[in-house]
Amino acid sequence: MKSITKQKPFEETKGQLDGLDRVFIIGCGTCTTMTKTGGRDEVLAMKEKLQELGKIVTGWTVIPTACDEMTEVAVKENNEAIGNSGCLLVMSCALGVHKVSSYLDKPVIPGVDTLFIGLEDEPGNFHEVCAQCGQCVLGETAGICPITACHKGLVNGPCGGTNRGKCEVDKEKDCAWTLIYQRLNAQGRLELMRKQQPPKNFQAAPRPRTVKIV
Amino acid sequence: MVTKFKEALNSGKFVVTSEIGPPKGTNIENMLHHIDLLKDKVDAMNVTDHQSSVMRFPSIGGCLSVRERGGEPILQMTCRDRNRLALQAELLFAYTRGVRNVLCLTGDAVPVGDHKEAKGVFDLDSSQLLRAIRQLESGKDLGGNDLDGAVEFCAGAIVTPEANPIEPQLIKFEKKVEAGAEFFQTQAIYDLDNFAKFMKYARKFPVKILAGIVLLTSARMAKYMTDNVPGIFVPQNLIDELAAAPKGEALKKGIEIAGRMIAALKKDSVCDGVHVMAIGKEEVVPEILAEAGL
Repeated sequence: MKSITKQKPFEETKGQLDGLDRVFIIGCGTCTTMTKTGGRDEVLAMKEKLQELGKIVTGWTVIPTACDEMTEVAVKENNEAIGNSGCLLVMSCALGVHKVSSYLDKPVIPGVDTLFIGLEDEPGNFHEVCAQCGQCVLGETAGICPITACHKGLVNGPCGGTNRGKCEVDKEKDCAWTLIYQRLNAQGRLELMRKQQPPKNFQAAPRPRTVKIV
Repeated sequence: MVTKFKEALNSGKFVVTSEIGPPKGTNIENMLHHIDLLKDKVDAMNVTDHQSSVMRFPSIGGCLSVRERGGEPILQMTCRDRNRLALQAELLFAYTRGVRNVLCLTGDAVPVGDHKEAKGVFDLDSSQLLRAIRQLESGKDLGGNDLDGAVEFCAGAIVTPEANPIEPQLIKFEKKVEAGAEFFQTQAIYDLDNFAKFMKYARKFPVKILAGIVLLTSARMAKYMTDNVPGIFVPQNLIDELAAAPKGEALKKGIEIAGRMIAALKKDSVCDGVHVMAIGKEEVVPEILAEAGL
């Protein structure tokens, strides 16, 4: 799984740190390292920027995978520097932010915005492939997800906004349903596209979603 | 549902519908003026629903005005702004107020409009909305619960005969027919030969087809639409004809072209009627119809 993030505009981070002058910074060695939004280099750059603002950075660390159990160990290891801080600036995706804040009572400020779960198609180019809707339709759509790849998340075919195989919201973006049509056609399975898909169950797993795997 | 519009569709006459665009704001004078101008000249008037995702006075409000002034409204409903509860509720309301024709649309994307940060709903799509109408007619809502008083509508949808590629659109068209569409109003068509080909295919289905006629107001506008509007193709000879019009007379030429196209469609009984969209120039629709000999 790759959690795709982008750094928050510095002005926003600055605003969220208003009145919090002692900061401990946490990065993540997995997803935000890969997206260059919260790895070692970005954590050090953030440290400098905060120091320029006159903040005191009491310490920093890059946790190998901020969303797993080792985060508790990392927090304990940095007990003293974290203790000296007034808040934590966490430059991992929101999963890591949750994990860190579950071990601490101090304010935890996210340094990045979590965008989507995606794949890297070429270096530095990420695209969303799964909306985690809880009702996978890939078996009927030739492996292309209309929930994510179609701007409107349509399940019954293209809208009237498609043009020469592109999407009305972005002329560079492929129309998901044109791609699905082409692939199903090549597979000789166009009858799947003719199937009337009922309205989606948006409560397949009511929010907040939880599951117990026995 | 047998509405005045449905009667017209079934009468065998060449049906004419037009479009009313509600205002951005509470000044509805211009909209009422357009309604008065067109109500006796067309068989029904579509009232647009936040067209191009631009926030406006609601379609249902415009439809009530059409009713009050003696016209026959077609309620345009997109799935962009309401979930299935709100869509069904509005259908119940429309029915009680005599608005009995509905055009079911998926709706333009939010980012093309003027509230770019809004949440696009798309809980249902156009074919699911058609099925929802048929479900409400059976006396049950989408949750399977009994209604105290059902609805009856003449329901339609849209199709884009110039779509490229066309096959996925035709599959969607057939799904809409299967979902209960009784009539189709098409996206703008200009290439009559291509449209005739589409009609040869569409005639296989038990639905009425009204060809979309969008008024061309200048060569530049025609070129822009061809280059930028999905599913619209204006042949070069029409662009040249507009460009050759004397200065200040391009609109007149556009009216002539629209009238000529309507007359040709009617003469050869190519389709069941036309849907005239004058987008902002509703006051010239009577001239277009006169030019067409209607």
